[in-house]
Amino acid sequence: MLGYLARRVGQALVVMLFVTLIVFGLLHALPGGLVRAQLGPKATPLAVHELEVQEGLNRSLPVQYAIWLGNALRGNLGFSYHLNTPVSTLIGEYFPRDLLLTGVAIFLAIAISVPLGLLQGARRNKGADYVLSWSLLAMYSMPSFLLGVIGIIILNIQLPLLPSTAQSFGQGIGTDVRVLVLPVLTLTLGNIAYYSRYVRSSVIDNLLEDYVRTARAKGVPERRVLVRHVLRNSLLPVVSLIGISFPYVVSGSLIVEALFDYPGMGLLFWDAQQTRDYPVLLGVVLLVSAAVVVGNLLADLAYAALDPRIRYD
Amino acid sequence: MSEGALQAGGGSVGVEAPAPPSLGRAALLDAVELAEAPRRPLWRENLAIFAANRFALAGAAFLVLVVLFCFVGPLAYRTDQTLTNVINANLPPSGQFPLGTNPEGFDILGRLMVGGQSTLEVGFAAALVATVFGTLWGAVAGYLGGLVDALLMRVVDTMLSIPFLFFVVLLGTLLQPTLPLIIIAIASVSWLSTARVVRGETLSLRTRDYVVAARGFGNRHARLVLRHLVPNALGVVVVNATLKVADAILLFASISFLGLGVPPPATNWGRMLTTGINNLFDNYWWQLWPAAFLIVATVIAINAVGDGLHDVVDKRMGAGEGK
Repeated sequence: MLGYLARRVGQALVVMLFVTLIVFGLLHALPGGLVRAQLGPKATPLAVHELEVQEGLNRSLPVQYAIWLGNALRGNLGFSYHLNTPVSTLIGEYFPRDLLLTGVAIFLAIAISVPLGLLQGARRNKGADYVLSWSLLAMYSMPSFLLGVIGIIILNIQLPLLPSTAQSFGQGIGTDVRVLVLPVLTLTLGNIAYYSRYVRSSVIDNLLEDYVRTARAKGVPERRVLVRHVLRNSLLPVVSLIGISFPYVVSGSLIVEALFDYPGMGLLFWDAQQTRDYPVLLGVVLLVSAAVVVGNLLADLAYAALDPRIRYD
Repeated sequence: MSEGALQAGGGSVGVEAPAPPSLGRAALLDAVELAEAPRRPLWRENLAIFAANRFALAGAAFLVLVVLFCFVGPLAYRTDQTLTNVINANLPPSGQFPLGTNPEGFDILGRLMVGGQSTLEVGFAAALVATVFGTLWGAVAGYLGGLVDALLMRVVDTMLSIPFLFFVVLLGTLLQPTLPLIIIAIASVSWLSTARVVRGETLSLRTRDYVVAARGFGNRHARLVLRHLVPNALGVVVVNATLKVADAILLFASISFLGLGVPPPATNWGRMLTTGINNLFDNYWWQLWPAAFLIVATVIAINAVGDGLHDVVDKRMGAGEGK
């Protein structure tokens, strides 16, 4: 386990280093450079030069990278001139809301798609499986904002039950819950469409295994075979699937937050895109990527802890 | 014995014939298949497997209709899609405008055709670029192995760690959005899974006898990868590429929803859908549902075709390995 742990953590560190290189590269691919982006097109050459010196942008690229990386590691991700706030403060404010939204959505999606996938696998190619497969495929084939719009049409326009925006998030538990239902529902449905097909095929694979035949042969009731044998073994891939799905979920949250005005990192990022707020854009990309790397790592380690075979690969 | 064989004639001859004892059951079944006469050409056989999947067949038929609708439709149904006409804004469906008009007064039926062109172009072009690039990347990594493999795959891991929509939005901020750049932006996140799949295939292919033999003949690396590894991984690649088209169409719609598409008067289904969403509370249903239907139905149809191609590849690989 220790060897695996060391190898896997090392890999995550290399990936994270590459991520910083890409973000740093993008920082320098900015049209007109970072200084121009901050001061605007009308800045005098003197002002440009002063800020360049102040931010160390006249140094060589490797030196700049080292300085930038050192700052990022200490939590200094630059300053948003549009919002007049350090990027790290903004992220500290917005990131927990994302953890809430995506966390609840992932939890609900798993809680629903595992039994769903088990049902589909057990009733493979029968009525229930067909109906479910079709509806899930239709959901999977929808842009996630359309899923949200259908939610708004049903639960806001037709039946005026829920607010159509989450703008008012943060005004007490009561409104927060009401406001969160539609965004969470949208993200959850998208995730169910993503997860359940994997659970289904994992269940089908497991049903063909020898231990299932053995269990059936010794007379274990089918329900017990499914729950005690197939379900448990099908849960393993789900652990790594959660890890793999993080980029998908985080990307989905960008759309959902833009649609519902939910003040998370996605909305912060989208607003920054509209105002060309580069420090925020890059800070958010760096942080969501780090979150994905860490999430993947945790999922892999959990998998290895649950399944001893992985550690010896 | 020969009498029975002569009488049976036709296709089932091989089944009756006793197999030489040295051949296993799998080899016997292969021999049976080979003996079946008349032998159909490979593409006919593949087509038969594909057509056996009715879902896939329906998907393919629908895609043909959609392509005709988008590319031939405008020749029959002529509309002006460049000059706005605000007098006609937001009209419901009528004899003059079968699917109504949008806020700029464009005829929606005609706009769906024009918008479909760019949606399909982006979908197929992005999938093509991503597939070619991802296949080469994955084949080189899997074939060379060792340090090169580790390095190339860490690059893939890195790109996969940056949530794709964030990356595409960032690219859209840095570059002026034109159709070719959007294609490249989508391809730049969509080649990653291809690279992973092809690397996995290559790892298992490179130890096969024919690859070892080809290497023994002194073929160069480039030739081995391009002539032996890539063609044999092609089945898996084609299925993967089909699904990429669907993903690219969805991603393009999301990009348009976030306001990063090509500026008007150019349009696409995703942008039309977004217009419908912006007018959601005015109840202009004709601005929302036709575009929504075309996106979802096209993506489902592409997935169905991918499913059918998957069947073909499955059967082929199964036959090749004597299953």
